[in-house]
Formats: sequence, structure tokens, C-alpha cells
Amino acid sequence: MKRILAVFLAVAMLACSLSACGGATTKPSTSSDETSSSDGAATTKKEISVGIAQDLDDSLDPFQSSDAGTREVMFNVFEGLVKPDATGNFVEAVASSVEVSEDGRSYAFTLRDGVVFHNGKPCTMDDVLYSFDTCAATSVYKHVVEALSAVQERTVEGNTLTFHLGEPNSDFMSVIASVFILPKDYAEQATAPVGTGPFRFVSRSVQQNFVLERNDDYYGAIPALERVTFQIYEDSNALFTALNSGALDLVSHLTADQINNLSNGYQVLEGTMNLVQGIYLNEAFAPFANEKVRQALCYAVDKDAMMELTADGHGAKLGSSMYPSFSKYFEPELAEAYPHDVERAKALLTEAGYPDGLSFTIKVPSNYQPHVDTAVVLAEQLAAAGINAKIEQIDWNTWLTDVYANRSFEATVVGFDASILSPTALLSRWVSDSSKNLINYNNPEYDQTYAAAQNAGDDAERTELYRRCLRILSDTAANVYLQDLADFVAIHPALEGYQFYPMYVMDLSTLH
Amino acid sequence: MKNIAKKLVALIITLFIVSFLAFLAFQIIPGDPTTKMLGTEATPEAVSELRSELGLDLPFFVRYWHWLTAFVQGDFGMSYSYHMPVRAMLADKLPVTALLILLAFGFTVILSLPLGILAGRVRNRWADTMITAVDQVVMSVPAFFVGILACFIFGLTFHLFVPGNFISYTDSWAGCLGYLVFPALSIAIPRIAMTVKMLRGAIGAELRQDYVRTSQSRGASRGYALRRHVLRNALIPTIAFLAVSAAEIMTGTIVIEQVFTIPGIGRLLLASIGNRDFPVVQAIVVLMAAWIVLVHFLADLLSSWVDPRIRTH
Repeated sequence: MKRILAVFLAVAMLACSLSACGGATTKPSTSSDETSSSDGAATTKKEISVGIAQDLDDSLDPFQSSDAGTREVMFNVFEGLVKPDATGNFVEAVASSVEVSEDGRSYAFTLRDGVVFHNGKPCTMDDVLYSFDTCAATSVYKHVVEALSAVQERTVEGNTLTFHLGEPNSDFMSVIASVFILPKDYAEQATAPVGTGPFRFVSRSVQQNFVLERNDDYYGAIPALERVTFQIYEDSNALFTALNSGALDLVSHLTADQINNLSNGYQVLEGTMNLVQGIYLNEAFAPFANEKVRQALCYAVDKDAMMELTADGHGAKLGSSMYPSFSKYFEPELAEAYPHDVERAKALLTEAGYPDGLSFTIKVPSNYQPHVDTAVVLAEQLAAAGINAKIEQIDWNTWLTDVYANRSFEATVVGFDASILSPTALLSRWVSDSSKNLINYNNPEYDQTYAAAQNAGDDAERTELYRRCLRILSDTAANVYLQDLADFVAIHPALEGYQFYPMYVMDLSTLH
Repeated sequence: MKNIAKKLVALIITLFIVSFLAFLAFQIIPGDPTTKMLGTEATPEAVSELRSELGLDLPFFVRYWHWLTAFVQGDFGMSYSYHMPVRAMLADKLPVTALLILLAFGFTVILSLPLGILAGRVRNRWADTMITAVDQVVMSVPAFFVGILACFIFGLTFHLFVPGNFISYTDSWAGCLGYLVFPALSIAIPRIAMTVKMLRGAIGAELRQDYVRTSQSRGASRGYALRRHVLRNALIPTIAFLAVSAAEIMTGTIVIEQVFTIPGIGRLLLASIGNRDFPVVQAIVVLMAAWIVLVHFLADLLSSWVDPRIRTH
């Protein structure tokens, strides 16, 4: 009996992988492969379990939720007038066409016909206006609130909504994408969210699971998956055990270690986390106000050895506040600006007035194991250059209060991601009067270059100015930039179509 | 009767003090719930608006008073993180933890009594040393370690269950019970060893009493004396000990829920502390304290009921 079953399974898997292959060669993955995905209906999975490492313990109201983990999942439920695609461009979503005037001061969006909310109500211009007003009034993202309040005039003509800006804003499209369109007069968004996306919210069970179902009324390509259950494992070992036993079909954000131990025959995809990991140095701490000391730290660190030790060499080396997915701005050579050179580090320290080395404390959020691991290796490397770094692990909420809000720290190892698809998400932080400038970086040249980039007329000029910002950060060793962590995804062999995004989202609509 | 009333008053005062201390602890530890709720990029206006909405801008004692008056009226408040009523969240999690406690307690009672009696009867010196040694070792192994071993041996090696793949009681009661067997055993095993030691000591002490020798001199067999007189007397302290075990088992679930990733009260408590979700933490702390205090209270009642001597003092 068992043998028959095994043979049957093997045949089924073979058939399945063949059909998947055929699908891939005959049809390039366009948005209209709705029909091809239903071909293999007998063998493909319709209901999957996805393992996630943190609970979605957040408001589900898209304007109120601030956790990256919540945004990652709710990407499938909410849409703005436009939304980002896997290449980092914005595509039409609730709007069917977008027109931007040549001077970059007016944005016209035509509402798509036939968009229906998950609760069955049609989406009208009233809902769109309500969403913009609610977002402007309640969003937890300051830059969104500011950008929306800078709109001079908003006009509605039939099905077309036009925004008139006082001056061009290169980030305006990413702001539009983060204004999710919600039904007017619906009060339960925080616990039973309703949007227009390819999946609709079904249920949430605290610390247990989170269920989404296919939105059969979706205006675009109907997803192949019918039901997705996110199983919550706050313990990474438990998550891995469940994955390896086959209880889960898809898990992302795995480490190199976990992938090495994976023995269930799942496909493994490698991407990057899209964050800038570094030792962030608080310039309010006297030694770090000295550029030479910061440079000494950069030389003292051996990124390759660190990545080899913590992730078997996976990940992408960084040299400034930008990660490789933003290929338009990323310059790989910056990652080599400070080659590992202990003697040079020591010389710089002596020059800076610290011939006997120096001591400081690195605060690390204890719930992010990759950062803790990195800090441990770095402390060893720094010791070789006479720098005594003490590691202090603190819980995430304490980190947010002490390090981020109160800036009471000497150094910290964390990663910064981009909440919107724009270089400003990573660069605005280091402007001297930014409220997010936790390291108290103060460089007039940087401030001027950044402001110039914001006001630049054409795209090429703006891009060049942003790149110059990145070079300034590297030259002045604003921080010890390390890496964009490797991000591994393990998927059941019967599933295809996983896409990495340049931001922290998991798109379920392309899986089949 | 007067005694009971006195104890009840003490019970309520204890709960009051516990709730106050938990509230105070939150005042002292660093971290602000609004940073968790609004993230790091909110406008200062949004933060101050939320603070006043949650009443965080009020003085400490006023806040405690608000919380206390609402709590005694059965209003546990809304969770900061989940925007759900705390009562509904607890109602969802309590059955899981209750089942785990019940199962662990059941194992403790069912296994420790026969084992304890068996161990108490042993007269051979060599066996005696063996039992003491084994008992001592098992007793000192912490529950979480037993849990990790169970995950490894029964979960990963013998595939009797998938560690971490909890089956909710809403899906299947049998599946849920099945998953909870190993966690419950992990909590119970050190407790069983303690109970066996205690029962064995009690039986040993009773066996040396004069009445046993008298009974044997009348021609009764050793087994008869054991059944007829010794067990009754030895069980009195054991009952009280088991009742106290019920309290210890509850604290054991907090750790074991982490090891086996069981979505019960203990895991919710730890996550809520991390999130600075006051209303949830307060409710759980008071609930747990109530359980401990209540169980001790019942243990007192029970021992005075089985042993009239206790009533007199």
C-alpha cells in the first residue's frame, strides 16, 4: 500500500513539475497568464500555509499599522491608485490611467471602472477622496502626511482626480501608492480590514494564524491560490521544524544556516532583505564626532569575514545608505571604499588622539538574531585594532525608546529599510535636522546636496545628486556600512512564481 | 467559618497588591506603547493624540484608579496591539492553557500516587538508594529541558508530533489534546518526582509509627497495615502538596508554551510585555495571581477538611 502511494506521489510530482516547466517556456510571465495557471488544476496547490516569524500584532488599518511584517502581508489586501511592481516601478491599480504633467506639478488619475471592495460595495470617487482625507489625517508616516498637506489643489472631473502641487515632488507617486483606497464609512478597518486587492482578509487568531482568501471579484488577473493561511511561529526553531516537516508550503526570511539544514527537498530562492545593515555611530558620543575615528572603525571591520561567519558568505556588501535593489542609485564600488586594514585603523585612531584605542557599547535589539550575530563578530574584529566594543542586548521596545527616540546610545547594529519606494526613504534620515537622524549626523554639504536633489528639475540630475549624497556618506564614514542581509525563501516544489520585490512585501498573487 | 472569611479578605488584598505592583512595574521599565503602535515615523501630533486617547498623559495613580474601577466592573479594556477587547482575546486563549494545566495536573496525580506508594514500600537498601538518586535527578531537571528533549525525541526522531504545529481546539479537540500530551508530561515529570519523594517520605515516617508495630504485632500483614492505616495518614500532606502543585503547574505553562509554541496565556503574556501592551499584561497577571491564591486557599480548606487537627489551630 505504502509503495503504491509512493509511486503515485512520485508520478504526481513529476506531472506537476512538467506542467510547471511547460508553463514557463511557452508563456513568459505576463500579467495575463490567468488561463495557464488553471491548467494544472489537478496537481497544483490551491490552499497553502505560509510560515511567518512574527505575529501581526498591529492595527490592520493600513494607515495605522507600522510593522514591516504587517505591511508585508497586507500588501495583498490593500491597493492605492497605483502600486509598486517587482521591478520597482509603479503600475495602475485602482486608477486605470495616470497622467503626470511635464512640469511635474499635476498628477491626474482616472478611476478604474468596476473596482469592488471586499465587502461587495463598488469603489467610487467618494471612497477615494475619503481615503486621501483619512490618510492625511491619521497616517503614521510623517512624510506621507507632509506630502499630502503640500497638495495645493485637488480637482475632480467625472472619473478623474487631479492633484496640483506647488512644486514638483519626485516622491509623489510613492506617496500616492501608500494611500490605500478604503471604503467610506467603514469603522472596522483595525480588526476586519476591507480593501480592493487580489486577496481579502478572512480571519486573525492572535499568535496563531492569519487567513486570506482569493478575491474572486478582482479586476485584474485572478490569483491561482484560493486560500492562504499564515501560520505564526514566534520562535525561529519551531518555524524551521514545521517547515522541514512539510507542514508549511512557503517560508521567507530564512537564514543561510536554516537553508543548510533544510532536508525536505523544497526549492530555495535567494534574494536580499532590502535593508542597510550597519554599525550606526552616534556623533553625540565624543569620539564618534571625529571623522577619523569613524573611518578607523570602517577599516577595522572585515565585511567579507563577517558575512562568511554569519551567513556563509551570502548577502550583499554595502558602502553607503543604499541597497542593490535600488540599482539606479546603488554603486557597488562604495562597498570597497574601506578595505580591511588594521594598521590603517590604528594609525587613524592615533591621529585622532586615541593611541591606546577606545571603548564603547553597541546596543543591539535582542529579537533580531542576524544583528546580534553580526555584532558579536564585529566586536572580535574591532578588538584586533585595539577597539573595545561591549555588546548590550536590549529588547525591541527599549531600543525604540532609548536608541531611536532618545538617541541615548554610543553605537548600535541594526538595519534600515525603505518604507516607500524612493531613495529619500533611506537618505532623508541623515539631514541634520531630521527627526529620524538618530546618529546626529551633521554635514552642511550633505544637507545642501540632498536639498538640491529634492528640487532638481529632471530625473538624471536628481539621480546624480542622490548618488553624490551616497558618496558623501561614504567619504565621511557616517556609519560603518555593512551589508544587505541575504533573504532565503523555501517553497514547496509544486509552487511557482515567487517574486522578490525591492521592498518588504510578499506578493501572493503571482504564486501558482 | 470565620477563618474562611478571613482568608478570603486576605485573598482579595493580595490580588489588589499584585495588580498594583504589575502596574508599577510597567511604569518603571523603559519603552512606550505608542512607539510600537505608531512606529518610528509618526508625526509628534499623532503620538501625543494617541497618548491622550490611551490616557497615558494622566498621572500614575489616576491611571491606576481608572484601570481598577473598570477592571472590577469586568471591563478589561482594549489591547493596544490588536485593537481587540482583552476579554475576547483571553476567552480565546484560556481554554488552551486550562487544558494544558488540567492535563499536566492529571498526569501528576495519576502517575505520582502509585509510584509514590510503590517507592514507599521498598525496603531493600540498594533499591532505596536507586530510587532516591533517580528521583533527585528527575526532580531537578527543569520542565523546559524535559520539553526540549521531548521535542527532539518524540517530535523530530519518532515523528509522533510536529513541534510547533499546534492544532487548535476550534479545529479538533482530539488533535489539540494529542498535541498537548507531551507539553503536559514535560511539566508533570519534575512535579511527579517531587510528589513521589514527598509521598515516600510520608509513608516512611508513618511506617515507623508505633501504631504500625502494634498492628503488626496483632498479626496483621505489612500490606494490610499499609493499606488500612498508613496510606490514609500519608495522603493528608500529599493532598495539600498536590493542590499547591496546581499553582506551580500554571507557572510551568508559561515556559512550556514557549518551548512547544502553544498559543496560550503564557505566550500572550510574554509577547504583550514586549509590546508594552498594558491592558493585556494587567489582565493576565491578575488572572494568574488569582489562580495561585485561589489554589492555595483551596489547599488550606482541603487539608483542614481531611485532617480535623488543622481546624483547631
